[in-house]
Amino acid sequence: MSASEIRVEINSDQDIVIARQKGRVMANELGFSSGDATLIATAISELARNIVSYARSGEIKLKGINGSNGVGILVVASDAGPGIIDIRQALRDGFSTSGSLGLGLPGVRRLMDEFEITSQPGKGTMVAVKKWRQ
Amino acid sequence: MEVPILKQGAFLIATFQAALSDADLNQLRMGLVQQVVKFRSRAVIVDVTAMDVMDSFASRTLREIAHMIRLRGAETVIVGIQPEVAFAMVQLGLTLEGVATALDLEEGLAYLNEKFRITNRG
Repeated sequence: MSASEIRVEINSDQDIVIARQKGRVMANELGFSSGDATLIATAISELARNIVSYARSGEIKLKGINGSNGVGILVVASDAGPGIIDIRQALRDGFSTSGSLGLGLPGVRRLMDEFEITSQPGKGTMVAVKKWRQ
Repeated sequence: MEVPILKQGAFLIATFQAALSDADLNQLRMGLVQQVVKFRSRAVIVDVTAMDVMDSFASRTLREIAHMIRLRGAETVIVGIQPEVAFAMVQLGLTLEGVATALDLEEGLAYLNEKFRITNRG
């Protein structure tokens, strides 16, 4: 019962709104509670904002998934931006290089169940997060 | 999408829509401060009942609005943060420290009326 995959291109702050709205719709369709749909939409908003702030453009991929934990949603944010030199530092609360709050990545990790990040300086960043339906 | 700002006596009421972009929020910040100056308002109520997501940018903008308005000698009250949005904000580590909040528009108005009644007496 996985919903089809949706891709949202992220090029401006308007696209942040589009991405999180599509994420909420998909979370609702997958049967997430509206509270969890809000957590997912908030995480998407932060991930999309990171793309706009650091890489200018990229994409958010949303996908319904099935696993041993049941039904879930996979959100993949990818860009070909400057990448992150020190991932451990980027995952620390309060760290930011763009003058923002610096809550983005650690906050997203708390909002979701699974969190994976790969980044190559000069090549780009990919953040994959999952949340399972309760 | 522009945020309507309503003048109600000495107060201004700004009602957020669901899908506010960063640009909309920045525009609102400027608009509110200008209107506070223009109308010599005592307080601003920002109604976020319709907001679907309060991410780090939105909450930072709200704090900035409150701070700017305080520098003008007026007060800001944020009303209508939905329970689910509040939960997500806490998980994300976002705070609205130093900004007054109230359950809804009615409570926000009651809070301000009480506050300014007391101030006027004292």
